Amino acid sequence: MALVALQIIAIIFVLFAWSRALLRFKDHKISLTEFIFWSVIWAAATVALALPKTAELISYRLGVERPVDLAVFVSILLLFYLVFRLYVKNEQQTQEITKLVRELAIKHPKKK
Amino acid sequence: MDKNVWMVIAAYNEEHSLPKVVAELKQAGYHNIVAVDDGSRDNTFEAGTKAGATMLQHVINRGQGASLRTGMEYALQQGADIIVTFDADGQHRIEDLLPIIQPVADERVDITFGSRFLKKTSMPLMRRILLKGSILVVWLFYGVKMTDAHNGFRAMSRYAAQKIDIRADRMAHASEFIEEVHRKQLRHKEIPVVIRYTKETLKRGHGSFAQAFKILSNMIMKKFFLR
Repeated sequence: MALVALQIIAIIFVLFAWSRALLRFKDHKISLTEFIFWSVIWAAATVALALPKTAELISYRLGVERPVDLAVFVSILLLFYLVFRLYVKNEQQTQEITKLVRELAIKHPKKK
Repeated sequence: MDKNVWMVIAAYNEEHSLPKVVAELKQAGYHNIVAVDDGSRDNTFEAGTKAGATMLQHVINRGQGASLRTGMEYALQQGADIIVTFDADGQHRIEDLLPIIQPVADERVDITFGSRFLKKTSMPLMRRILLKGSILVVWLFYGVKMTDAHNGFRAMSRYAAQKIDIRADRMAHASEFIEEVHRKQLRHKEIPVVIRYTKETLKRGHGSFAQAFKILSNMIMKKFFLR
């Protein structure tokens, strides 16, 4: 079955996104676990886009009638997870900034 | 009192009230005063130094919780036996200091909390509702029954100050103090205090629903996800 233009564009985008993850991994900006995580996500997206029948089969087996519903469901879960991770990371960084500001303050007390 | 008592004051844009508070404390015989200028936009730092406090400066604003912890760490480094957290806006009264400090000095408790609900205090209805709500939340979250969960007036022993780990940079630190008391099994007591409400103090503090919501969401995240 020939791929429609939208599928091709989406797959190109997915490959582009995966190449970004690969570059980040090569630059040691993300860990191997993170790289594998993103590779699995983008591989699943490629399969779902290139082989809609497979996606249909998987969603049917999981008890979801339409693959699109499954995709939306999985995406929402994934987004929640990522937002949570960002929250934790942000919280850690905030605390690190505070620690730095505190140490600077304590090192330079001023008295009359 | 032969104990080394330190006053810790968090100050953000308090160039007018901080010198008065520092002067009052000095007059009452409390000479170890550390005030943390939390990245103020006005001349809080200079005003505090002139008034005779030891000033520390946060180069950027980090919030009241972060400032208190900075001040507490400094006081501990200076060998404080007792640390008192005192507000910079003049809402705490000098005459309430001794009753707050004494139980800690006598080693009867590890920490005392000021409570404005043990004495008759007049305050705006909205503030009363929010404060009562926070008492309920603290009880539900930590199982600690307080009569006032968001009072910045406290005295703690060196032991308690070393044990208490304040991570909330902003307003949620008040509930965190209580959480830490509960987690670390510290002996605590509430002491009646009177809060001087003025137009200025009412503009700040734990006064709005938006702020209460922020504190609550912060507590939920900390309780269930971050510890």
